[in-house]
Amino acid sequence: MRLAPILCRRLLGAAALVAAVLLLNFILIHLAPGDPALTIAGGMGGVTEEILRDIRRAYGLDAPLHRQLLLYMERMLSGDLGRSLFYDAPVLDLILDRLGPTVLLVVAAMTVALALGTFLGVLAARKPGGVVANLVTLLSLAGYSAPAFWVGIVLLLAFSATIPLFPLSGMYDARAGGVGLLRALDVAHHLVLPALTLAIVFLAQYSRIARASMLDVLGADYIRTARAKGLSDRAVLFRHALRNAALPVVTLAGLQFGNMLSGAVLVETVFNWPGLGLLAFESILRHDHPTVLGILFFATAMVVAANLLTDIAYRIVDPRIRAGTAATGNPR
Amino acid sequence: MHDTPTPGSTPAHRVSARPLEAAAIGILRAIASAAILGLAVATLAATSLATEPRPGGTLVVAAGPGLRHLNPAVQSGAHAGIGVQLFAGLVRVDDRFRPRPYLAERWEISEDGLSYAFHLVPGARFHDGTPITSEDVAFSLAVVKQHHPFGIAMFDGVEAVDTPDPRTAVIRLSKPHPALMQSLVPLLMPVIPKHVFGDGRDPRTHPMNAAPVGSGPFRFKEWLRGRHVILERNDDFFLEGRPLLERIVVRFFNLPSVRMLALEKGEVDYYPFAGVRFRDVPRLADNPDLRVSTRGYEAFGPVNYVEFNLRKPPFDDLRVRRAVAYAIDQDFMVTTLHGGLPRPGYGPLHRSSPFYGDGLNAYALDLVRARALLDQAGYAPDAEGVRFRVALDYPPFHADSLATGAEYIKVQLKKVGIAVDLRAPADFASWAQRIGSWDYQFTMNSHWTYPDPVIGVHRIYLCGNIRKTIWSNTQGYCNERVDALLREAGSTLDVARRKTLYGAFQRIVSEELPLYFINEEPYVTVSRRIVMDPPETVWGAMQPLDRVWLDR
Repeated sequence: MRLAPILCRRLLGAAALVAAVLLLNFILIHLAPGDPALTIAGGMGGVTEEILRDIRRAYGLDAPLHRQLLLYMERMLSGDLGRSLFYDAPVLDLILDRLGPTVLLVVAAMTVALALGTFLGVLAARKPGGVVANLVTLLSLAGYSAPAFWVGIVLLLAFSATIPLFPLSGMYDARAGGVGLLRALDVAHHLVLPALTLAIVFLAQYSRIARASMLDVLGADYIRTARAKGLSDRAVLFRHALRNAALPVVTLAGLQFGNMLSGAVLVETVFNWPGLGLLAFESILRHDHPTVLGILFFATAMVVAANLLTDIAYRIVDPRIRAGTAATGNPR
Repeated sequence: MHDTPTPGSTPAHRVSARPLEAAAIGILRAIASAAILGLAVATLAATSLATEPRPGGTLVVAAGPGLRHLNPAVQSGAHAGIGVQLFAGLVRVDDRFRPRPYLAERWEISEDGLSYAFHLVPGARFHDGTPITSEDVAFSLAVVKQHHPFGIAMFDGVEAVDTPDPRTAVIRLSKPHPALMQSLVPLLMPVIPKHVFGDGRDPRTHPMNAAPVGSGPFRFKEWLRGRHVILERNDDFFLEGRPLLERIVVRFFNLPSVRMLALEKGEVDYYPFAGVRFRDVPRLADNPDLRVSTRGYEAFGPVNYVEFNLRKPPFDDLRVRRAVAYAIDQDFMVTTLHGGLPRPGYGPLHRSSPFYGDGLNAYALDLVRARALLDQAGYAPDAEGVRFRVALDYPPFHADSLATGAEYIKVQLKKVGIAVDLRAPADFASWAQRIGSWDYQFTMNSHWTYPDPVIGVHRIYLCGNIRKTIWSNTQGYCNERVDALLREAGSTLDVARRKTLYGAFQRIVSEELPLYFINEEPYVTVSRRIVMDPPETVWGAMQPLDRVWLDR
């Protein structure tokens, strides 16, 4: 089956989905109580009604909701995400400024979670019921049960406050003011704890899926054949079994992308990581509607894109899907 | 081996007995004496160096999120403190509210108190090198008056600002304005450049608010939203030898606990307006690396209170309001619930105000009296002992005083038959909208009284300021006698007369209880001990940090 028509169909579906989510987000956010003009006026000094009226007029907050929606949709179609009510800056600029740190965090966390989770899953599947398998199960359960913000605070207290191995917060040390490689190393140093926190929660799920999938595959005839051919344990495990067992893990990775973004909100808040999650958290509290809508749009687009990529990855990992023969989705 | 001297022997005797050894001892003694002397001199020098301000270094300041922009002329709130470093004001005030020269080196006030002539420091320049002139002062005052959240309260009586020459600005008033000098500090009336902000664009949304050209001790370097602001020393500052710091990095943190950890770890040096829980203060004070101070901030004068909506039953009845006051043990709240850190509040003025009145009704705990008052008001208890049910709102700020206080008040009022439903806020804006639209029964609240009641207090009590916006007279209180007292106190320069007028005002409010005062919110500054001479004046950290230096 050719990839292009499928991709086109998926892209159209994705665009419709994004539009529907946009509409829903807009309505939900504007139904929430709270007046953004008050947040814009700010301060404990009090503010006159005239100033509040001016602010509402200046930001178009005094228009009826349907008018605001129409304006918003019009702007979106021309690629304009609007201006932040709080910062009075283009939302797109704010998002692009914060996108890099979030992508860095999520990709680092996902890489750690995928690699380590799959490896632990394979280890556990090798000797089910053994000490290693039980240990992996225990760790998975603990990781899965612990909320990300709690894991983050524990890691902070352990590896930053008590044993000062890593910095406490932020993305780099503004006091040091390094550039180039020094700055990159500084960022990497700051990235360890937040990425680990986010990874721990998802690592558990990957290891469980990898273990179950490996156990399934290891009982297959072609594995017995491979062993009968005299292949080493490692070759059987990693070259034959893992490749076949990887499909559910890849599926999960795609599905988990959205969850990871939402996990990033908590992790970024705890570690003061200047990404989209932190911006979303702050913007929700400030009733900065255009910024929240912009972030939700980006997040939706990223999740839809991740799912599309997963579909493509499927076809690369499993040639039968590419050929359209694995209608059941069962890799065996 | 040491020679043990026999009783009665003298060093001289020993020297003569063993000349070589004695000579060696003498040399050693001389060396030791020199060493001790050297050490003493070095210690003295080190001590004097440690106490002698040294230029240089980077001060890292912790702040909460919420910086919109860097122009304090069109915003208020804690973040305006960054603007104070960027912009100078005409005056600053000392720890007794006395105006001191700043951008204005001197001033004259006319006999009738209607004209203030300010003479600017010669050679003062904006950060782009343009001279600061009286035109800039006139422009700044106009912007603040029109666009600052309480510009009208500060400058309503300003008729015009004359600029007879570039170094003289004359503020002309329509009536005497006792709070004028207090309103000219950099936080409230920063001098902003007319050639930048006077280009016809709206100053509230001016693009240069994000990267301003200032007049203060530090220049703008970088602002990464949500991360940090970097300010650099203004080498061309009009005060000789200031500022001392090379750079200030303001880092934004969302979680107060992480902010505090950063301070304890040394990632941050200075944390003003610290959102520290009251119970954490003793622990922090025990840390030898930290200095914890509640000094300063008197100019904000934050007072916490219970605000009653006087438009509807049951709180339209004075007896019910008094019953609530008698049911609350203020002493327990302050000493036990809040760890003794805040001071109790009895009236509408902060204790630091020169017009603060003693002898106000403290409403000592008296549950019997509270029940009797409720009976008199016609609120008899039902079979379950409940007289009526009310909702108590509370805001998200000053959580130790207000959220914890609300929990306590709920328990206390139950004892006199008032069932309270606590209404937690989703966020500040939701709470503010509810109070601002008068859609509440009673709420925990707090406001800043500012250095003069004209700026911060009148707005809460004047009949003409019953508005649908928070921190106005949202409770709907109106007493013509109070209006007359405030009007007169706001237009006379006679301090003794003002004290009398405000004394009468405080007594009336304390008796009529449109608000029941709980405590004065303490603002805490936590800094590392290397931070020397942090400002502890009435504006706390909202003062220029030009004298601060680091003893690294």
